[in-house]
Order: sequence, then C-alpha cells, then structure tokens
Amino acid sequence: MLRGLWKLSWIEIKVFLREPLGAFGTIVIPVLVFVVLGRLAGRRLAPASLAASSFMRVGLPVFVSLLIIISAVLSLVTIISIYREGGILKRLRATPLRPQTILSAHVIVKLILTAAALALMVLAGKRYYPVDVHVPVLSFTVALLVSTWSIVSIGFLIASLVPTARFAQPIGAVILYPMIAVSGLFVPVESLPPALHALARVLPLTYAVPLLQGIWNGDAWSAHIGDVAALAVVFVVCTAVSAKVFRWE
Amino acid sequence: MRAVIEVSGVRKTYGPTVAVDEVSFEVNDGEIFGLIGPNGAGKTTTMECIEGLRKPDRGTISVLGLDPFRQVYKLQDRIGVQLQQAQLQKRIKVWEAVDLWASLYREKAMDGKLLLEQLGLADKRDTWFMNLSGGQKQRLFIVLALINDPEVVFLDELTTGLDPQSRRAIWELVRGIRERGKTVFLTTHLMEEAERLCDRVAIIEHGRIIDMDVPEKLVVRHCPERTVVLVTDDPKAEERFRAIPGVEAVVRTDSRFTIRGRGEGLVTKVIHCLAENGIQVTDFRTILPNLEDVFLKLTGHSIRE
Repeated sequence: MLRGLWKLSWIEIKVFLREPLGAFGTIVIPVLVFVVLGRLAGRRLAPASLAASSFMRVGLPVFVSLLIIISAVLSLVTIISIYREGGILKRLRATPLRPQTILSAHVIVKLILTAAALALMVLAGKRYYPVDVHVPVLSFTVALLVSTWSIVSIGFLIASLVPTARFAQPIGAVILYPMIAVSGLFVPVESLPPALHALARVLPLTYAVPLLQGIWNGDAWSAHIGDVAALAVVFVVCTAVSAKVFRWE
Repeated sequence: MRAVIEVSGVRKTYGPTVAVDEVSFEVNDGEIFGLIGPNGAGKTTTMECIEGLRKPDRGTISVLGLDPFRQVYKLQDRIGVQLQQAQLQKRIKVWEAVDLWASLYREKAMDGKLLLEQLGLADKRDTWFMNLSGGQKQRLFIVLALINDPEVVFLDELTTGLDPQSRRAIWELVRGIRERGKTVFLTTHLMEEAERLCDRVAIIEHGRIIDMDVPEKLVVRHCPERTVVLVTDDPKAEERFRAIPGVEAVVRTDSRFTIRGRGEGLVTKVIHCLAENGIQVTDFRTILPNLEDVFLKLTGHSIRE
C-alpha cells in the first residue's frame, strides 16, 4: 500500500497548500515570529547580558520550533475532525486502503511541513537573525521531527476524543499551548510548584524542550537518550489509546 | 442464478436501538437489487455491514464468497462503493481524486479519463470538489465507485437531493452499469426510483424486511385494486359498468366515470363491456397501484411520514 500512502500524502500537501491560510499559518507565521521577535529582542536587550544572549541563541529558536510543532498538530487535529465530520475518512476507508495508511499520510504531511518551516527558519535566521547561529541543522531537524511525531500522537488522542470539528481546534489549543509554559523553556521545571512540576513530568514538551535546546547547542545525542525515550513512551501510549478510541465517523 | 451477496440473520444494534433485526436476503449476479424503506429503517446499516464497514452483532454475510469483515481489503478490491452523504477534500481536483482512487486498487481496470467523459465530467477535470454542483459530486462518486471495474456496485441513496433531470440521467447510468454485467445493490427511499430501476426490491422497516420480490409482483400481491377512469356520454353506461363482475364501485362526476375493482382482469372486462355495448368514450386511462401503495398497505403509513 506504499503507493497509496505517497499519493495520498502528496494530495494532502497540495490540498493543504490550497487553503487560504494553510501555508501561511503553519510556515510563514512562526518564521515571522522568529525574525521579528529576534530583531526586537536584539535591539532591546543589552548585548552583554548573558541571559539575554542565551535566550536569543537557544530559547527563541526552540520556542519558535514549539510553535511550529503545535500549529502543525493543531492543524492535524482540525483536519482529522473535519474529515471525520464530512465523511471523508469514511469514504477513504471504503477502499482497499488500510486505516493506518490513511492516518500515516497525515502524519507524513505534517512532518514534511514542519521540516519546511524549520528550513525556512534557519534560512531566515542566517540572513536576518541578530545572533550568529551555528546549528547542526540535520540533527536539529531529526530532533524536531522526533518531537513532532510524539506530540502528533497527542493530537490524535485529542481528535479521537473531541466529538465535533468546531471544538477540535480550540480544545487542542487549550491543551497544547499551556504545555509550553511548564515545559522548562522559560522557567526551569525544578522551580515550578509541586503540582505543576508533577504535571510537567508527564507532558512531552518537558522532554522536547531540553532535547531541542541541547541539539541546537551542539550536544551529542547520547546526552538526550532519556528525552527521546520519554517522547517515545508518550507516542506509544497515545497511539495505543487512540487506536482503541478513534472514531472514523 | 448465482448469488453474489448472501445475508442471513443479520442483527445490528447501537446501544438500546435495534437498527437491523434478523435480516436475510440474497442478491443475484447481474441484477439491480434495491433495499427500500423510509429514512432510519436500517438500509444504510445493512449496506455498510455488507461492505465490511460495520460488524454485525449476529448473522452471516458473504459477498463474492468473501467474509466482508475478515476479508475486507480483498473485498474492497472487487467492489465499488458510493456512500450516503460522503464528501471529499474540499480542494481536491476532480482528476486528482480519480487518480488517487485508481492507484488504490490492485488492478487498475478502468480508464479514469474515459469514465469522466462518460459521466459528463471531462470539462471539470481541474475543478475543486467544493466547486462542483450536487449532481456533479454524485457523478464523481459514481466514477470513483466504478474505477476498479468492480463486480458489485453499492449505491446508497444515490439521487437524494438531486433535481429530477439529474436524477433521470443517473438512473440511465445505473442501467448502464447493469448492462456491463455488474451487480448493483442500492438503497433508496424514493419509490419511483425503485420501480424504474430495480429488478427486485426488499422493503425494510424498523430494521426488518417485510417483503421482497420483483416490484410488479409485490404490487399484484399486496394491491389487487385496479381503477379505470373514462369519459362517456352514453346514458346507459353507468348501469352497464355496475354489471361488470368484480367491479366494486362506480363513481360518476358529470360524464367522467371512475370504476374500481379487483384483479388483473378488471381492465380487460371494462374494455370488453365497452365494445360489447358499443359505448363511445372520449378518454380512457387506468390507474395502477405502485410500490408507494404497497408500502402504505404493508406498514399502514406513507413512506414519507
């Protein structure tokens, strides 16, 4: 069924890019946030301040990466809900396509778009970003895709549980965006109140952030095996649960 | 005749609601078989069990010798499906949908371009799905259902929401499918559609099949009433009509007579009486009961209620 998978993925990319805000929302906006915030912050903060330059060097790129991931996952949740509500998923199922092929195509599309947004960010960064960036681009791409993969599985769980397309996007946003706050990006996880600390421990972003930061900084993968493992656990658990509760119509 | 679909004792419930109850029937090779009944009668559930999209709680189904649930992918390769109220991606182009579908089947048997032409969609190749009219969408779904040159074609409420002209055009297409040697299984709540299209129908209500046969035979079996309406100025006509054996009522309005009776022979007897007595008529027509009347008789209510 590999042929169907590529064909379906390719069509989904085309269909997505034809949407009025498709490419703009998932690719252009995060990159703009990156460049504009970077320039603003670069001008405001004293260049000598160590904290500021560390945020500029690592924090902001990782923050934008999280925005890229979350907007990709939100768009996935929305698309799946709309496809379910419109009977598109059901129509695709009434073919020799395997159900997992249909869903995999959507994951592939999101991974490709995430990679595209990242590439644009790095390119724009080279040209416009105030701080010199020397990033292991390939490793960081892999780290970003691993994180996306894991968080996409939460997206599927949300898409499985939210009954209508109308609520899919807002509910997804309410679940996903606050995860950034407790992910350790702005405040170290250890200094959070105990309840939030415990919550942060089970959320995937808490592992995605150090992974992305580390790889961006040039860490070796061996230093982040624990993070990757945690993201894999999230993926396995969410996928297993959504496989049980996912509704096709 | 070979049965391509065999359904036996199928039951399907959703929570406390029994959608389909002890349904059994067979569909023969090369026929157009219609499952007819009002909305919510269990037509779609039955069809989707046969297509392998739902698992019945009880009973057995065999399609082309396959178990639709356990061998669903094998089955999907050999059948064509049009679902009720299905949609495609809003911004998928017509040719992209056809191309995608063609790639999903093991053997690509039909020429998508030719099918689009036959269904009058050739000039819509590059149109987005969302910009097609209702009739064009339905025709595209028929193209998708035929793309793998299926042995059995499933059509669920094919013409619902279409104007009479598109409806007629689509009926013509369905007859064409049968002429190519395919078996067609369809559901409809339109009695006219069933009458014009189906070789055999099963009437379903509240999840149960009430009766099943060739439409004409159902009419003969359940509705023996015949009505003849004629216009004559012959003064002795009324008396003569009343004397015809089998006539139950003669209603007269001016020179128009409505003669009601039972049995296939009524019309012949009326004609015979006219000829024998030399009665001149200026109009003559018969009103025959149809599936609509059969349904009313069997269920006590009209299918639209």
